[in-house]
Amino acid sequence: MLRADGLRHAFGRVRALDDISFLLTPGQTLAIFGPNGAGKTTLLKVLAGLIRPQGGTTHVEGGPRAVGWIGDHAQLYGHLTVRENLLFWAALYDVPAPLRRARVDEGLRRQGLADRADEPVRALSRGLVQRAAIARALLHEPRVLLLDEPFTGLDLAAAAEFRRLLAQLAGAGRIVVLATHNVGEGVELATDIAFQQRGRFVSLGPRGARTAGAVVEEYRRAVGGG
Amino acid sequence: MGETLRHAWTLARKDLVLEFRTRTAILSAVVFTALVLMVFNFGRDPTAVAAIDLAPSILWVTFTFAAMLALNRAFQLELENQALEGLLVAPISRTSIYWGKLAANLVFVAVVEAVGLPLFVLFFNVPVAQVLGPLVGVIALATVGFVTVGTLFSAMLVRTRFAELMLPVLLLPFLIPPLMGAVQVTARLLAARPLSEVAGWLRLLAAYDVVFLTLATLLFPHTVEQ
Repeated sequence: MLRADGLRHAFGRVRALDDISFLLTPGQTLAIFGPNGAGKTTLLKVLAGLIRPQGGTTHVEGGPRAVGWIGDHAQLYGHLTVRENLLFWAALYDVPAPLRRARVDEGLRRQGLADRADEPVRALSRGLVQRAAIARALLHEPRVLLLDEPFTGLDLAAAAEFRRLLAQLAGAGRIVVLATHNVGEGVELATDIAFQQRGRFVSLGPRGARTAGAVVEEYRRAVGGG
Repeated sequence: MGETLRHAWTLARKDLVLEFRTRTAILSAVVFTALVLMVFNFGRDPTAVAAIDLAPSILWVTFTFAAMLALNRAFQLELENQALEGLLVAPISRTSIYWGKLAANLVFVAVVEAVGLPLFVLFFNVPVAQVLGPLVGVIALATVGFVTVGTLFSAMLVRTRFAELMLPVLLLPFLIPPLMGAVQVTARLLAARPLSEVAGWLRLLAAYDVVFLTLATLLFPHTVEQ
């Protein structure tokens, strides 16, 4: 379970979060759409425990160990190989030592990085680095996935594969929160959709039977642009 | 405690692998140490002041400024791909991040000192053979003190502009007590005076280490909050 209750946060006079509340249960995928500066990243950072909100509370069942986080950077070390990076993060997430190599190999295989595993991260293209970041976030089999613009840099095939993986994870009872400014991305994954603007959810509810086109149209009406 | 130490070791090992793979800071620090000792050696008038009178101050000035290079890079490593964000989201205590960085910095500075001490003996022709054990002991005691404080300041400044300039300016006033102690003890040791003469200074160095290790451990979590 993931709960946000009355979240408020401001940077100076700019309100990044303004009374945000929601509750997600296993299997739900919340897609948060909003323009740049709407507060999506701040919301994810608060949920991840990176920012302490000035008001309101969050609760993640299972605590920080249950959270997988993909931020707007890969959080990988350029001079370590992809495998070394993943082994490092696996150790920090307390993946049991006997399982670590197998878990890392599985993540590399799923992200199509098995043949690049022993190359330093700085030698990879942006798309491959993003795939490595996805592998990193899933290493400890998190119950809650927080994804900030996760499709950035992925080519069409990798993005489709990642969408399939997210659908599979949600089907297995994971909670996914996905923030993006691109309404076309991730709509088909969402069970719930929120439009965020100037820190507020101007709309939040189940996706229902709405098509991607209908969501885009609704977003344009609610937020403008898209 | 065991978990904290395990995570700290994982972090320290990663930092050391990164450093010894890139070798940028360690080489700079070693070359800097050699050059400073050389400049002091050729820049003094041996007929005016005996080497043994100047040597303790020169040794500690050299070690202090060489250590700055290590301290500057400690958290810079984590800015690459926003890896620091990943560390803060991970289910590890902030204390383990600090201790990991501290351990890596201590190893780094120890390597620089291990190269610097023989060069110091070579350039200044000081008799260290009889007092090598106690001298290494006082170097260790003082190094723990200033690396402890320096690691904390490095974390505080990592997100600021001109961090590399700010670190020495903010740190040096805090280093006066351990440097005074270290210089006094080193001078007495090189003059073949009994250790009992410097018991007070040794107590000061030990107290500084304990006080600042405790304070830095308590303060560090607040320095990395966003």
